[in-house]
Amino acid sequence: MTAILAVRDLHVAIGRRGHAANVLRGASVDVEPGEVRGLVGESGAGKSMLGRAILGLLPANAVITAGTIAFEGRDLLAMPEPERRKLLGRRIALIPQDPMTSLNPVRRVGAQIAAVLSHHLGLSKRQARARAGELLAEVAIREPGRVLDLYPHEISGGMRQRVLIAMAFACNPSLIIADEPTTALDVTVQRQVLQLVERLRQSHGAAILFVTHDLGVVAKICRTMTVLHAGRVLEDGMTADVLARPRHPYTRALLAATPRADRPAEALRPVPPALIESLWSEAHRLDRLADAGLPS
Amino acid sequence: MSDILLRTAGLSFAYPERGSSPFARPAMRQVVKDVDLAVPRGSVLGLVGESGSGKTTLGRLMVRLLQPTSGSIQFDGAEIGRLGEVEMRPLRARIQMIFQDPQSSLNPRLRLGVTLTRQLKVFGRLKGRQDARDRAADLLELVGLPTGFVDRYPHELSGGQRQRAGIARALALQPDFIVADEIVSGLDVSTQAHVLLLLKELRARLGLTMVFISHDLSVVRVLCDDVAILKAGEVVESGPVERIFSSPQHEYTRSLLAAIPLPDVEPGWLDDAGPASIQHLQGSAA
Amino acid sequence: MRWGEIIRRVLLIPPTLAGVGLIVFVLLRVVPGDPIAMMIPPGASAADIARLRALYGLDQPILQQFVVWSGQVLTGDFGRSISLHQRVFELVLARLPATLELALLGTVIAVLLGTVVALIGAYLRGRRAEWAIDGGVGLLLAIPDFLWALILLLLLGVILPVLPISGRIDPQLDIAFGTNFYLIESLLTGRLDVAAALLQHMILPALALALPFAALVARLLKAQLAEAEDQDYAQVARARGFSRPAILLRDVLPNALIPTVALGGVQITLLLGGTVLVERIFSYEGIGNMAIDAVINRDFPLIQGLILTFAVLFIALNLAVDLLVTLLDPRLRHG
Repeated sequence: MTAILAVRDLHVAIGRRGHAANVLRGASVDVEPGEVRGLVGESGAGKSMLGRAILGLLPANAVITAGTIAFEGRDLLAMPEPERRKLLGRRIALIPQDPMTSLNPVRRVGAQIAAVLSHHLGLSKRQARARAGELLAEVAIREPGRVLDLYPHEISGGMRQRVLIAMAFACNPSLIIADEPTTALDVTVQRQVLQLVERLRQSHGAAILFVTHDLGVVAKICRTMTVLHAGRVLEDGMTADVLARPRHPYTRALLAATPRADRPAEALRPVPPALIESLWSEAHRLDRLADAGLPS
Repeated sequence: MSDILLRTAGLSFAYPERGSSPFARPAMRQVVKDVDLAVPRGSVLGLVGESGSGKTTLGRLMVRLLQPTSGSIQFDGAEIGRLGEVEMRPLRARIQMIFQDPQSSLNPRLRLGVTLTRQLKVFGRLKGRQDARDRAADLLELVGLPTGFVDRYPHELSGGQRQRAGIARALALQPDFIVADEIVSGLDVSTQAHVLLLLKELRARLGLTMVFISHDLSVVRVLCDDVAILKAGEVVESGPVERIFSSPQHEYTRSLLAAIPLPDVEPGWLDDAGPASIQHLQGSAA
Repeated sequence: MRWGEIIRRVLLIPPTLAGVGLIVFVLLRVVPGDPIAMMIPPGASAADIARLRALYGLDQPILQQFVVWSGQVLTGDFGRSISLHQRVFELVLARLPATLELALLGTVIAVLLGTVVALIGAYLRGRRAEWAIDGGVGLLLAIPDFLWALILLLLLGVILPVLPISGRIDPQLDIAFGTNFYLIESLLTGRLDVAAALLQHMILPALALALPFAALVARLLKAQLAEAEDQDYAQVARARGFSRPAILLRDVLPNALIPTVALGGVQITLLLGGTVLVERIFSYEGIGNMAIDAVINRDFPLIQGLILTFAVLFIALNLAVDLLVTLLDPRLRHG
């Protein structure tokens, strides 16, 4: 099977020239059609940057210094802007992290969903509204007709996240970037949202790159996973294998440091600071090699 | 001396809802309802609940940042629920709170040395500038930060380091009782474990009594002796941690535990039709 | 805005006006300058002066004068102008529409111009051209309205005489109006030629009032646009394939308008205050121009009436701004 998304050797630096700091150091990730891949890492690992790079949403002071991002065989980075815009929201969609801030507070829910539909699918106002209602029903919102006319502040956080999920699936994309979509939610709501994402993924046939820091979430929804640290891929494989038999010491240490409701306190082992230090010094060694123009 | 350091009885808190008309009598919104809890000296009680459960309000009542609408709070055998600000002041040295967001609770313009010893100064427990530096350095050492950090500003610290500094500040006056509100929820797993173990070590060393507020049951299990589960302002279940985790009695506790995604692959987890499932969601009001 | 807030604000209006009235009344009489001295012919006898003084009640103690005056005001009688020998109420009512139309036109021009400039500036964010926008806005803001009036008058009235520079309408045109809102009336009745003639007279003073205010709108709105564009909802809109101009207009602008109106709306009072000098410069027959004459002539009743009129306008404006913010922000509408 050919990958629907192939990120190859991606390097991203942030900051002005001369003072730029690397945030991605040659990361490569593949996502196959219909696959859910977890992109796991702690803050500063570069996992969100990778997601943003795919969507062309890097901050203004960030530059892609090397690498390619191929979507369905075409390099997104070499593509002219208008052409890429036609893919975004239609073939590649985003489920954002924070449901409280990711909806426009002064526009009604229905109008925001309908805008995507009429922009990409050319639906008329009426058609778009009808389809928006269907999408809301699909994400288990009762009385979709009423919710269409509400403003975001009038619905709960969990419901807002479902609206954002509906918008992501609106144009039947083949790839969805989910950027920590459940981090801001309560556990019970998180579970509902994960169930929902899985259900829609199956019915719409999309692949998902699921960015998260939570190994528990990865275990439940991702078939494959990639562990990122300091912008580098440390480990990659089937989720069941990685969690049961982690090969990299960092993955092992993360698992041991994750508190578990099913185990007593004594089982908790914090990540050894020496391990983190050695990972960073390796990353900085690679930076110096790259600066000297040597292959890493 | 009683072996219960803090006890609440029928503790409630409500505030008037903003009415749509100035003439209608405002309805009262009950945030904390009739809470009876006891925190034995030297133990850690976990307060667990989802957003809107009233756990933060309950914590703020316990340190008397808020005044209860009804009910009582006994601290070390004395009723403090109705004390005014002036009467509370001597007790403030014994009761401390650590906040969720160290970024905003540490004054960004002050060096850590100043922030850490400010309360000591207020309570007249400092003997000059050198004493302040020494005490600040001791506190930093206590929470595992380099003593050189006395001259650092909060923005020069990482998230985990700031949270340690927040803990150090709360310890400055050697309090008997600490309420910690979601203090590890913003931290990465690798940092979080270190802070949790630090708290565990400190309570053993200093004999601290704590209330640890969290939305995360897994974290509570690491640190707490007892746990109280809150829902909509009410305690639905409370008891020793091991009992609650091994045989939860209340339906809500069970659904909370079932909703936690453990880092094990478990194929049926997403299909389960329990109370926290999508099937349930469709039946609920929008 | 909540009901309670509206009622509180309305209840505050009478004491505010009473306070303004008292301050103006006392100040006028304490500060040097005597209306009687301004109106008597040279060589009038001391007895004549005393008689005039008594006629206007100026021989009474100030507080007693104030009590008499406020009693009259409460019955709708603002007294008679000393210099124009007419009832103040009628004088102000006749001239107020001219000023309102001018201020309204100035505001419309300022808001349109400021919004366009802010949008262009926000679009150019981070590019070198943004500096040009910021510089231009700074320059507009640095020059006060009366100086703009003189510059415009010189450029488009004298050097390049394309526009009339005085009055509200051509004196040769003999047009009957049913109201004193000439522009609005002519637009509503479809007499577009008359409206055009009026606009020709109004455009320069309106521009002079509008330019500094436009710069203020541009600066405020541009900053708010930049802030709103950094919000998640605008970023997420980019990930949905919308173009930047579309996002700026549809997602960012409606959000940025809310704080802009809240912060900048009350600044319209500055524009209103600017009418005093600008109307004078263009000999425009509004209450601003009238206010200057009233001050020169120490026409106490007229000054008091005009100041109260301005005070009412300022209060109404503040209320209108708050209502507009509520209208723009759904979170406030049913909060």
